[in-house]
Amino acid sequence: MLTPESLARIDREIAKYPEGQRQSAVMSALAIAQEEKGFLAHETIEYVAHYLGMKPIAALEVATFYNMYDLKPVGRHKLTVCTNLPCMLSGGVHALEYLQEKLGIGLDETTPDGKYTLKQGECMGACGDAPVLLVNNRRMCCKMTPEAIDAMLAELT
Amino acid sequence: MAILGSINPILTAGLDGDRTWRLADYVARGGYTALRRVLGERIPPNEIIAEVKKSVLRGRGGAGFPTGLKWSFMPRTLPGDKYLVCNSDEGEPGTFKDRDLLRYNPHAVIEGMVIAGYAIGATRGYNYIHGEIWELYQRFEEAIAEARAAGFVGQNILGSDHSFELYAHHGYGAYICGEETALLESIEGKKGQPRFKPPFPASFGLYGQPTTINNTETLASVPFIMNMGGDAYLAAGKPGNGGPKLFSVSGHVNRPGNYELPMGTPFATLLEMAGGVRGGRKLKAVIPGGVSAPVVPGDVMMEATLDYDGVSKAGSMLGSGAVIVMDETTCMVKALERLAFFYHEESCGQCTPCREGTGWLYKIIHRIENGRGRPEDLDLLGSLPGNISGRTICAFGDAAAAPVQSFLKHFRDEFAYHIEHGRCLVPVEVQRAGSSFFTAPAEG
Ligand SMILES: Cc1cc2nc3c(=O)[nH]c(=O)nc-3n(C[C@H](O)[C@H](O)[C@H](O)COP(=O)(O)O)c2cc1C
Ligand code: FES
Repeated sequence: MLTPESLARIDREIAKYPEGQRQSAVMSALAIAQEEKGFLAHETIEYVAHYLGMKPIAALEVATFYNMYDLKPVGRHKLTVCTNLPCMLSGGVHALEYLQEKLGIGLDETTPDGKYTLKQGECMGACGDAPVLLVNNRRMCCKMTPEAIDAMLAELT
Repeated sequence: MAILGSINPILTAGLDGDRTWRLADYVARGGYTALRRVLGERIPPNEIIAEVKKSVLRGRGGAGFPTGLKWSFMPRTLPGDKYLVCNSDEGEPGTFKDRDLLRYNPHAVIEGMVIAGYAIGATRGYNYIHGEIWELYQRFEEAIAEARAAGFVGQNILGSDHSFELYAHHGYGAYICGEETALLESIEGKKGQPRFKPPFPASFGLYGQPTTINNTETLASVPFIMNMGGDAYLAAGKPGNGGPKLFSVSGHVNRPGNYELPMGTPFATLLEMAGGVRGGRKLKAVIPGGVSAPVVPGDVMMEATLDYDGVSKAGSMLGSGAVIVMDETTCMVKALERLAFFYHEESCGQCTPCREGTGWLYKIIHRIENGRGRPEDLDLLGSLPGNISGRTICAFGDAAAAPVQSFLKHFRDEFAYHIEHGRCLVPVEVQRAGSSFFTAPAEG
């Protein structure tokens, strides 16, 4: 169900924890699975659970608890814009509105071509660089003025 | 570079260039000398704890608990596994200092962890890193690998009998995991729901074993305390508030970023270093310790000093040192609405007063903000925090209640205006201009 590369990465995570604590690797295992599959289908979560020797329901609980897991398909580029207060004071909400207008979609929606999904996020611990957004959970983009957003969109393919 | 200024820096001293996070650079700055001395001279653990107590280093994660005292709770001679956990989950809105420590000075965190592990008798450590900073999680893993290769981490460190294995754990988006027992649950591979205390982590922590949890900045301070001595570190701050502190300044200032200042520095000095209020506008309010700290009116804050006691005198908390500056373009109802949304979203759902109460708070503030407030809403809103605060397993409930109480206390008129007129006291165009998004680039 997962590629040998993903499994090797998960094994490296398992090795960080004491004997008998494979479940500790569930957060990273789910993140790795999501990176490979694009989102976490129930079969994927179940597969990860079995791989770690935990109950599928326990892995599902983790997948639904943490905000960065996607349990439904998302676009090729998931853009999560921080709108929490410190960012809001420096344009976080305006950046989100700007993106909504440019992409022609609302919050939690995906463009018809499947390229972008727009999400709202909570503080990313980067408020001095507001407005801040995250691309596919991995790449943080800072000081996202209208020009910076335009440049980012031009670069993402 | 997001460390924009300092006065007598310790944690951020010498951080020039883009290789400061590398082992070689850290060693050239004097890094790992504290660890070498501790292990080389076999300094007894209780002497290290005594030194940290002398420094009056207080936990930088928000509560300000004395670090040396916390360490002394660990049953260090008890056989069995013991753990040290570094809290780099930094999710308190307004806070972005640990991110810069991990970005520019990760080896100070590692060295601090190895020394702390030795002092409390822990042989395994985890650094729990905020989900959104993946690049720095990767960097921290690389830094651990460097330290391990150089013999600073692992078995029989520097030929001594002290062993300490260190790993990074990557979070995935849950504010509550900054709470120490939720964080432990999270490392165990579960939902991040806080545990009831007691038992405290020092007796029942990670995997049920004795565990100490400290903030990133707290642990990064340890090597410097060992190098300069507890007395000198204390003197770098003010009595009862040892050392310097990192302040994350965000919001309506010209130069948002991190500043390292001695404890006790006037807020006015920090504001000036941060370039003053954006566009030369008037300061309206400040949240001085992350959004869970009460809001303080601007004029009161201008008289306050930045240390645990000084901020507490101004009616708030130093918390994590996240200073959120709001100028006259801010609508306080809208600001509080966003915070209420955050707490409602992030409540772990375990305790009814918090799960339901944060929903009510958001619902009421949301309707006031959207012109549908009712005359009785102010009293209703005022009555809720007391029914959440102190009635939950963890301090999240208090954190959700504090902003509501303080916003109502200091800016009640604005809420009343909203209810009466169905709109903001601060005109919408003024608010819009305040963010600078549509005008100047945010470059500072
Ligand atoms: C809701 C909540 C969120 C918290 N978030 C953080 C955090 O992001 N980082 C942190 O270091 N401490 C956070 N704390 C405090 C921790 O529980 C803990 O006190 C701290 O990490 C201890 O480290 P220190 O003694 O070095 O400050 C939070 C507490 C609560 C109640
Ligand atoms: S509020 Fe947006 S990064 Fe902190």
